[in-house]
Amino acid sequence: MLAVKEIDVYYGAIHALKKFSLDVEEGSIVTLIGANGAGKTTVLKTISGILRPTTGSVMFKGQDLVKVPPEKIVALGISQVPEGRRVFQTMSVLENLEMGAYLRSDKKEIQKDLENIFLRFPRLKERRKQSAGTLSGGEQQMLAIGRALMAQPELLLMDEPSMGLAPLLVKEIFEIIKDINSRGTTVLLVEQNANMALTIADQAYVIETGEIVLQGAAEELMRSEEVKKAYLGG
Amino acid sequence: MLEFSQQIVNGLSLGAIYALIALGYTMVYGIIKLINFAHGDVMMVGAYVGFFSITMLGTNIVVAMLAAMLLCALLGVLIEKVAYRPLRNSTRIAALITAIGVSLFLEYITVVVLGPAQRVFPQSAFPIKAYNLAGLTILNKQIFVFVSAVLLMLILQYIIKRTKTGKAMRAVSLDMEAAVLMGISVDKTISVTFAIGSALAAAAGVMIGVYYQTINPLMGIIPGLKAFVAAVLGGIGLIPGAMVGGFVMGLLETMVSGYGSSLYRDAVAFGVLIIILLIRPTGLFGKNTGEKV
Repeated sequence: MLAVKEIDVYYGAIHALKKFSLDVEEGSIVTLIGANGAGKTTVLKTISGILRPTTGSVMFKGQDLVKVPPEKIVALGISQVPEGRRVFQTMSVLENLEMGAYLRSDKKEIQKDLENIFLRFPRLKERRKQSAGTLSGGEQQMLAIGRALMAQPELLLMDEPSMGLAPLLVKEIFEIIKDINSRGTTVLLVEQNANMALTIADQAYVIETGEIVLQGAAEELMRSEEVKKAYLGG
Repeated sequence: MLEFSQQIVNGLSLGAIYALIALGYTMVYGIIKLINFAHGDVMMVGAYVGFFSITMLGTNIVVAMLAAMLLCALLGVLIEKVAYRPLRNSTRIAALITAIGVSLFLEYITVVVLGPAQRVFPQSAFPIKAYNLAGLTILNKQIFVFVSAVLLMLILQYIIKRTKTGKAMRAVSLDMEAAVLMGISVDKTISVTFAIGSALAAAAGVMIGVYYQTINPLMGIIPGLKAFVAAVLGGIGLIPGAMVGGFVMGLLETMVSGYGSSLYRDAVAFGVLIIILLIRPTGLFGKNTGEKV
């Protein structure tokens, strides 16, 4: 479904991604794990069109995204839950969800999706009139996920959804990701929490300073000595 | 007391005009963090469009105002596209200097094309009537200015709060990158912001024509700066702040003229800017704290 092929991305003078490649098969959960600053977020920003590679291609359903404007990329079926949630703080929960459906005009369908999201996250329904900035961290993460789902994505990019959350909430978020995937949405998950990510993923990639150093089935990587030592705490 | 109430009446209509101009400053700042110093001059162009609509096409004042709003909306979009968009990713000072350049350009192109002399807004378009209410003198032009300004502000409030475009404007001003990830076109949203802000300024320009009865190519400078002070007073980037700031500035100006001397009214207006920047630079409605988590 998605094939990132040998891309180079620069942040000013910093060479953030070096001949980076990654494949995501339709219907799967793929995780990209790595330390802080390894380039994980850069990968997602490049797929979403916020950053542009100097070389290489990003093929999605047979189309190269490299020259497509970011708003068109959303329309093609890719939406992102950005790092740090990035909900619109002073807008209400409902307005945040409406922004997720910005490119859609099928009012009835939007309403149905909204109901589904409220079913999935009852706390968002209770607080739909509150401004997003008053929600707890976990609730904001749920809102960010709900907002991304409102675009009806075929591919959902998630940037460290477990960041800054209590362990119990982290478990809940990963359950939600599994559930979203089981309903047909392909997921590319970027995580520092390698343990959790590898548990739910089908395929996994390990990134270090802008390069893939390991890749394979998630189960295999979980057993690999290198991954255990570097990312799973022994 | 009567004298005081009379000053309130005068101040409210002047304040409504400042509030309309201040809204454009604050909306543009909210979305691209630029003080658009050409904004007062867009107001001037609006006044001229209104003037020619009445004198050459013979329209009434409402049509004149709508024509001014429409043309200035286009002008605002054009200014953003030509002057500010190429500088979107450069330093803020570069954009600011460009804004001053656009301001001077609009002023002196008008001087060249239409001449520097002031023109008298035709009385026939708006025959002045005075009403007496419990000793207060209220002019019909004051009512016209106040009512149409408040009406425009209500429409703006509706657009910002209820429409998809308005929500997108808020989203872009809160977090541009997150807005892009929603599929919102930042360029389009910024254009809409300039269009709305410039239309409000144009309406204010026609109101100034009606209110002071003369217009000239440099008429945008002082009201523009005062509206800028109003926007800073309310908290730059905040729409309710601009409205309240505008009314405060209008009332302050009429009070100073009424009880002190009109010689000092501009000094007081800019004194307010100095004081607010010293003691509360985020303005009356601005929060000093960072974002709540």
